[in-house]
Amino acid sequence: MSALELLLQQLINAVSIGSLYALMAIGLAMVFGILRLINFAHGDLIMVGSYVALLLQVLGLPFPVAAVAGVAASTLAGLAMERVAYRPLRGAHEIAMLLTSFSVTIFLENLAIILFRPTSRPFPAPAVLRSVITMGQLRVAGLDLIAIAVTAVLLAALTLFVRRTNIGIAMRAASQDLLAARLMGINVNRVIATAFAIGSFLAGVVGLLWSARVGKVDPLMGFNPVLKAFVASVIGGLGSLPGAVLGAYVLGGLEILLQGLLPSALTPYRDALVFAILIALLLFRPNGILGSTEKEKI
Amino acid sequence: MQPESPRGGSPSLPSRLAGPAVSLALLAIILAIASFFAGDYLQRILIIIGINTILVVSLNLSNGFTGVFSLGHVGFMAIGAYTAAVLTLPVSLKVVNLPSLPPWLQQLALPFLPATLIAGLLAMLVAFLVGLSLMRLKGAYISVATLGFLVIVQVILVNWDQVTRGARTFAGVPPHSTLWNVWLWAVVAVYIVWRLGASAFGRDMRAARDNEVAALSLGISVLRSRLLAFCLSAFLTGVAGSLWAHFITSFSPKSFYFAQAFNIITMLVIGGLGSVSGSVIGVFFITVLSELLRNAERGFDLGVFRLPPIYGASQILMAVLFVLVIVFRPAGLLGGRELDVRSVLRRLGSPRRGKGAA
Repeated sequence: MSALELLLQQLINAVSIGSLYALMAIGLAMVFGILRLINFAHGDLIMVGSYVALLLQVLGLPFPVAAVAGVAASTLAGLAMERVAYRPLRGAHEIAMLLTSFSVTIFLENLAIILFRPTSRPFPAPAVLRSVITMGQLRVAGLDLIAIAVTAVLLAALTLFVRRTNIGIAMRAASQDLLAARLMGINVNRVIATAFAIGSFLAGVVGLLWSARVGKVDPLMGFNPVLKAFVASVIGGLGSLPGAVLGAYVLGGLEILLQGLLPSALTPYRDALVFAILIALLLFRPNGILGSTEKEKI
Repeated sequence: MQPESPRGGSPSLPSRLAGPAVSLALLAIILAIASFFAGDYLQRILIIIGINTILVVSLNLSNGFTGVFSLGHVGFMAIGAYTAAVLTLPVSLKVVNLPSLPPWLQQLALPFLPATLIAGLLAMLVAFLVGLSLMRLKGAYISVATLGFLVIVQVILVNWDQVTRGARTFAGVPPHSTLWNVWLWAVVAVYIVWRLGASAFGRDMRAARDNEVAALSLGISVLRSRLLAFCLSAFLTGVAGSLWAHFITSFSPKSFYFAQAFNIITMLVIGGLGSVSGSVIGVFFITVLSELLRNAERGFDLGVFRLPPIYGASQILMAVLFVLVIVFRPAGLLGGRELDVRSVLRRLGSPRRGKGAA
């Protein structure tokens, strides 16, 4: 394989994994932008959708039906989470919200462990997702291309949504200044519920793609990826959606780069290194690459 | 957060020492009774309470006093536990279990106290290096970054086979922790945090927590006070890790992950951030409760039918309890105030007069 082909191959890998992180980062950034809430339980929405899709397939339903149901389950779980755990905390200190989301995570993960056992289960994916396309020396997984395409479509749709629709504009207003938005007559509860619905819908989509990629599901599957996606979205500029996407692709690139460059003795330490680099980046640009340089108001 | 409770003038030395003296005497009596009469199980619970007290009080120093909400303190506990365990493990066991340890370390078997001190100091050194950068971050970002630190520690523990035995169980640590040495450390930890909280440094910390800009403009070095709290707290957490390792005697990296992190944070928040006595109360409450739940989890007979064991149910109940506390009593049971033993005693003595004293 020539150097160019190798580069192209790795680039596709990086963009594909970066796309999955981007879908997670958007869900996190949307909620953070409005509520200042770091929703760790976002990872469990990924888990919920994956398990529902797995369960329905085991029951004999075709993949498309199971996939739609999985995404729907994630969305509903996200809405329920907001209503039950986060709405009573409106206006609370950001640490209180963070801890609440931490306990929602503990709650859902232990529930999943009780219901589905702690061990991982294989995730059956249809042939399309497992196919490999060969172009000359280049071998591209169908899943990678689908992940990239799906993300591109969803990003475009989301951009239109936040720019053109009333509720999308209200959402951006709320993330700029929640109080002012409320004074302008925006129904804040509806805006927040919408943000959660979109974020959890994306989490459901990520769940399908991630499970198909890894080939298995387990109760804790969502936590680490979401933690990384969160740090990535901070690097891009937290609360800014393009920033979150940018950060996610930086993260994807970083992971593939380390995968290729690290000597094999150090590859098990990859996740540790990724976090260390992400945290270091955070120090140099505390407001993120695209983040506003606006000083805190006194 | 709550303002400092107003104190009318400065009481004379004997009366200032009365509260702590009464508490210490009470503690000594309880421990003496327990060590002579209590069964093994009860003694073990008391030891766990002692270790958890150190963990929570030291976490309070960083999270409650400075408002730097670390979610990664369990990482320091892990560093303390593994360091001390590697140092005290008998040479014969090290040769078998850790064959690729450097020779000087393999032939070394330290007594408990120096090993524990080294464990604490190493945790503190790591905290200093990590804290130099992390303490510059703001609010929730620090929480996320410290969680990243926890993941880093976990990845290293799982992969550093020569020293930690990787994901396998690290067994054969000598059972050095006793009711007395654990509680001695607990008293030291409570004393350090309580004194520090009342000192000028403690006021700097709380000032920086409550209003960073105002604190800076008064000439308080926010970074320095945060870093000091973070390092000291890591030292005590590392010590607690060593005590725990020599109590439980076999453990694996999994023992030091999110479940444990959540456990400690629950005790802290339920007791009330920023209050030392609140921490102690939170520890008692949650340790006893989770011990009861853990027993219930194994399943029990309800007369006619048998409740099956549901592992993980206690964590779920804890999570629910935690959210309820945050929603309905966000400042914790004590609301950031300190419990004063004297006023409680007075109140017990004469309920009518004591009302104003609280």
